[in-house]
Amino acid sequence: MNVALDREQKPANGTRQEFAPWKDPSQRPLVRFEGVTKRFGEVTAVDGLSLGIYEREFFALLGPSGCGKTTLMRMLAGFEEPTKGRVLLGEQDLAGVPPYRRPVNMMFQSYALFPHMSVRDNVAFGLKQDRLPKSEIAARVAEVLRLVKLSGFERRKPDQLSGGQRQRVALARSLVKRPKVLLLDEPLAALDKKLREETQFELMELQSSLGMTFMMVTHDQEEAMAVADRIAVMNHGCIVQMGTPAEIYEQPATRYVADFIGDVNLIEAKVTARDGRNVVMQSGIIAAPLRAASDAEVAVGADVALALRPEKVKITVRKPADATENFTRGTVAGIAYLGDFSIFQVRLESGQVFKAARPNVTRFTDQPITWDDRVFLSWSPEAGVVLTQ
Amino acid sequence: MSNEASASRGRALVVLVPYLWLLFFFLVPFLIVFKISLSDDVLAQPPYAPVLDLSAGWDGIREFVAALDFENYAFVLGDSLYVQSYLQSLGIAAFSTLILILIGFPIAYGMARSPRSWRPLLLMLVILPFWTSFLIRVYAWMGILAREGLVNQVLVGTGILSQPVEILATNSAVVLGIVYSYLPFMVLPLYAALDRLDESLLEAAADLGAPPWKSFWLITFPLAMPGLIAGSLLCFIPAVGEFVIPDLLGGSDTLMIGRTLWTEFFSNRSWSIASVIAVFLLIVLVVPMVLYQNLQARSLEAGK
Ligand SMILES: Nc1ncnc2c1ncn2[C@@H]1O[C@H](COP(=O)(O)OP(=O)(O)OP(=O)(O)O)[C@@H](O)[C@H]1O
Ligand SMILES: [Mg+2]
Repeated sequence: MNVALDREQKPANGTRQEFAPWKDPSQRPLVRFEGVTKRFGEVTAVDGLSLGIYEREFFALLGPSGCGKTTLMRMLAGFEEPTKGRVLLGEQDLAGVPPYRRPVNMMFQSYALFPHMSVRDNVAFGLKQDRLPKSEIAARVAEVLRLVKLSGFERRKPDQLSGGQRQRVALARSLVKRPKVLLLDEPLAALDKKLREETQFELMELQSSLGMTFMMVTHDQEEAMAVADRIAVMNHGCIVQMGTPAEIYEQPATRYVADFIGDVNLIEAKVTARDGRNVVMQSGIIAAPLRAASDAEVAVGADVALALRPEKVKITVRKPADATENFTRGTVAGIAYLGDFSIFQVRLESGQVFKAARPNVTRFTDQPITWDDRVFLSWSPEAGVVLTQ
Repeated sequence: MSNEASASRGRALVVLVPYLWLLFFFLVPFLIVFKISLSDDVLAQPPYAPVLDLSAGWDGIREFVAALDFENYAFVLGDSLYVQSYLQSLGIAAFSTLILILIGFPIAYGMARSPRSWRPLLLMLVILPFWTSFLIRVYAWMGILAREGLVNQVLVGTGILSQPVEILATNSAVVLGIVYSYLPFMVLPLYAALDRLDESLLEAAADLGAPPWKSFWLITFPLAMPGLIAGSLLCFIPAVGEFVIPDLLGGSDTLMIGRTLWTEFFSNRSWSIASVIAVFLLIVLVVPMVLYQNLQARSLEAGK
């Protein structure tokens, strides 16, 4: 189940204070992409994208395969020059600055470990380039290897490691220089769930204790929600929506974002009236009128979608008392027991399948809902989001 | 069960064939050469004694073995001519290999860094000289390097030199000939190693703060090492025993072992001395290689 964590509270110097520099107009982003376009021949990998990442921010990029996430990072690291637009770090335009002079480190999606070097030499490589004293190099390598739980593997070569171990070496190698900005291209994809969660936590600790700025690509939206201050959802080289995990989850801007982040029931409908803060709609698949609170400007007669998260849909055996709106009827077609939650798949009379989640509060329910039961689904006007795009 | 048995028999056969090949075309000839090296020269046909006569039975064999001895080896080791031949061969081959590395590495590197669509053509160009006979190409160099040859004509014609210089019939000409003839053997293994190099490794090195020359030295060069060693062995070993190039391009003072061997065999008709030279050549080449392989195996073990 996707639980949108509110991470606006971020520990810094022992005191908890709100971390939201993007709300403060006096703050300047540390990293700025300004109207950046990158083309490879015919392919436009990044398309007129603008983006600001603030100091100490943990920024996550989400998006389908091939939408340009890696390309965006490679432009910041210096491996690709933008076809159009600028990339800035602080106030410096990075155009023409070679990768080895940028205070940015990248963890490669393919790891790119040096096959002829041991784990220790791989991790120490960056520190040796800075000509740090031997004792400090040794201490920092040992520390970071402990962090990624690879102590004892120092003398192995990359081909003597498992996939997950290799990924952790790559992570350690990019972390050890403590760069101003760290780019992580799917850093935890090959780890098992437990190790991944532990490493996520370690990363967050490290990021806030060292005051680093992280930009992370991930395919795992739960991971993005758990670690990131802000998330950008990309598609076809553009940012579709950018915001805190809670904003993205609770107020998706488009059907695409609503569908991409978490589970959602999308109901296509037509606006029939505007009633104060509420929008009243009629859908082809649900008999009752639909009502949802919305600040969006929608004209009567417009085609919209109502997005409903499964955990905001109530499932009951009896018809909710005096319900005239925001309900429908169906039969249970499937139940997925997830431990903390159960997800009910309910087939409506129109044939569409709806998802409703119910927390498993007690171990036994008096009136369990089971397969083929006729049930009612209902939700409050505050539950749904009206999407115009 | 029977399937497994036939599979393992098949595997044994696959392993056996190359070993049989080596047995018949390498080990047996070598034993014959070794036997001749222990014989004495005589004016007869064949020009050495003793000859094994199996019809005499056990006594014949005993007599035969008793007549073999190592005095030819003592002779070769005692004569400075042969020792010098070995030293000069090794020197010329080593120097040529060094030049081959210096020329071959940039060529291979350039090929591996060129656009993918060009590479088949570039590869073709490297292999192209093989389509003309080796002998003809070395003869062509005689014409180019001769006193009235192309090089001297150009040097004198442009006024760089007032008189033609002696290039042909020197050790430099031999080195030039070896470098020219063996270049593909250096370039191809190096190219194979460099082509396999993952570009993202260089990006990772740059990302971690290494400027290009440093990532070349720390990443590209070590990863090209297997190709470099293979290319060097492919050039060095035949160059030591090279006969045609020193014979055509070298001077009377170019003492290379291949040439000395030829002289012993054909001019002096001393098969036994020629055989001793061949056996020594093998030892000179094989012993360092075995040592090297041992070293490699041990460093692999250490990694585990
Ligand atoms: N060097 C290149 N030459 C040509 N096309 C490229 C190159 N690099 C990327 N592309 C194209 O640009 C687009 C974006 O690629 P990119 O690697 O940024 O995707 P991504 O979002 O990182 O995907 P994934 O999640 O699969 O890693 C893709 O269509 C890809 O084929
Ligand atoms: Mg990618």
